[in-house]
Amino acid sequence: MSASDLLPFQASLEARRSSGGKCLVPYLTGGLPGWELMLEAVASAGADGIEVGIPFSDPVMDGPIIQESSELALAAGATPPGILDGLSRLDIGVPLAVMTYVNLVYRFGYERFADSMVKAGVSAAILPDMPLEEAGDWCGAADAAGVQTVMLAAPTTPDERLLRVVERCGGFVYAVGLLGITGERDSLAASAKVIAKRLKDVTDLPVLVGVGISTPEQAAEVCEVADGVVVGSAIVRRVLETGSPESVADFVGSFREALDKG
Amino acid sequence: MNNDLKNQADELAQVFASDMVGAPTGVGRFGEFGGMFVPETLVPALHELEAAFKDAWADPVFRNELDTLLADYAGRPSPLTRCDRLGEQLGFQLYLKREDLNHTGSHKINNVLGQALLAKRMGKTRLVAETGAGQHGVATATAAALMDMECLVYMGEVDIARQELNVFRMRLLGAEVTPAVSGSRTLKDAVNEAMRDWVGTVEHTYYCLGSVLGPHPYPWMVREFHRVIGTEAAVQCRVALGADHPTGRPDVVVACIGGGSNAAGIFSGFAAFPEVDLVGVEPEGGAAIGHGIPGIVHGMKSYLMQDEFGQVSEAQSISAGLDYPGVGPEHAHLADSGRAKYEQVSDAEVIDAFQLLSRTEGIIPALEPAHALAWVVREKESLAGKNVLINMSGRGDKDVGQMMEVLGDTL
Repeated sequence: MSASDLLPFQASLEARRSSGGKCLVPYLTGGLPGWELMLEAVASAGADGIEVGIPFSDPVMDGPIIQESSELALAAGATPPGILDGLSRLDIGVPLAVMTYVNLVYRFGYERFADSMVKAGVSAAILPDMPLEEAGDWCGAADAAGVQTVMLAAPTTPDERLLRVVERCGGFVYAVGLLGITGERDSLAASAKVIAKRLKDVTDLPVLVGVGISTPEQAAEVCEVADGVVVGSAIVRRVLETGSPESVADFVGSFREALDKG
Repeated sequence: MNNDLKNQADELAQVFASDMVGAPTGVGRFGEFGGMFVPETLVPALHELEAAFKDAWADPVFRNELDTLLADYAGRPSPLTRCDRLGEQLGFQLYLKREDLNHTGSHKINNVLGQALLAKRMGKTRLVAETGAGQHGVATATAAALMDMECLVYMGEVDIARQELNVFRMRLLGAEVTPAVSGSRTLKDAVNEAMRDWVGTVEHTYYCLGSVLGPHPYPWMVREFHRVIGTEAAVQCRVALGADHPTGRPDVVVACIGGGSNAAGIFSGFAAFPEVDLVGVEPEGGAAIGHGIPGIVHGMKSYLMQDEFGQVSEAQSISAGLDYPGVGPEHAHLADSGRAKYEQVSDAEVIDAFQLLSRTEGIIPALEPAHALAWVVREKESLAGKNVLINMSGRGDKDVGQMMEVLGDTL
């Protein structure tokens, strides 16, 4: 596949990687008051792509911060079509991925959801409660529509299974950095570099570590091995605390700076 | 279990091995329902659990150890009680399978002893569990004390308030009780918290799930651990109905449905016999089958109360044990296939039934099986002359405090 054939999200990550840089993908919860402005600010702060969460009532992979932001967004009336509509109106110059839980996609209809993503200009989907065993129906619809499905690889995933995960995976591989749910941690888990290395050994896809990447220093440290990071709770906490696009953009910018310094 | 009953039960178990409540197909599918919708982190643990359960279930040493615990510790077999006074009043023969007489006061102990033994066998040192009314939490805390394991139980903040007696029992047994403070702060949210805990602790922790819910292999494994209810009841009914009865089986088997574990247990003894009607009774405010549509949550595809976008609804029931917007996937399949039917009763009907059984038979039921009773009371005309078996899944001691507030001075 030549670079020009790549879907936008992966293309952006590959471009950063081939220029010798490390990829930064911030996560933001869709549907919070003022979320579109927040997306624009983060896009201009050095993001290579943005992961937009569509809030679900029962997010089992998420810790307290993302749970809180999800509840606030739902209380503010966030819905999957509302968020996809919002995304379709944005032109922020950075490719988008959607992160949500499988029931919202199942309820919407797999084909209809994949088509709506394409119409909204979103080229990648992350569904943390849809492992390989259950991926077939969605992936069929997503592949047909031109949406890449980012699979998760965990520290517990055995080697043989890791091969099947990366084979089914598109966009990038989401390496779960630790045993646990999303949330900030004081230090980088030892498991983060281990899973990144195991993945780098078996795939050419960009390998991004998420879950527990809380500071620019931790991001730089894990990127000694990984191709980049997904940063969620640390950013969303600042969204909830400050509500200020400038201050959130500054924080995202500090990750960019740390990654560029290497 | 005495030897005759045990032999008959074993014989029946052979028959049931090929019946429609058999092993799931594919990745834990009952028809289109079930599956393994969990974060990748947990998938290897679930495959390991499935292999460990299959191995243990086929091992006579494990089975014997569990049977011994069920008999000598939990008090099995539980009796079958014929309720003459209430039966006469309602116009049919009423039998109760007395799971309320088990140690810890409900059917939950069957599953928990099985899973705790399995956890030990797998080398796990810590149990986590969710609980609604607290019966599964108490049972898990009991097994953890018996087997010297660490135990943490997640319980919704709302349920902690209405079931404070069970909270204290769990703590007395040495378990830690942690409130679930998100969402509806009931059973649904306790399941979320237990799953989140397990995602972070999967290497040394065993998730002791309390119903026929969740990702494969739980719905199947938990039903197998409760199969003893149906197996015993089938033999006991044959004896109770007498040699003259053409089949030796009841006409109708009724059980309450939250996740559906006690129903799965008793249905498994009768599902192979099409002349036996199977009825699951849901609370009006937590009726996944009655008011839900297919959805995916807590690792499984099943019927689910949800809004038009797929956000899970908050159930509303007087009974903390049934206050759940989903249902076990095998029940979804039994409903779709028509083998079992699922009915709904209101809180008011349940409160009446709770008092009725207390006064006519001297048995204070838990609010959960009072749902099954409420349905047979409502349906007494269509049940006239029949033999009706209810799974009395738990005793009402835990609900007395709550009912004091509901009934107050009316007694």
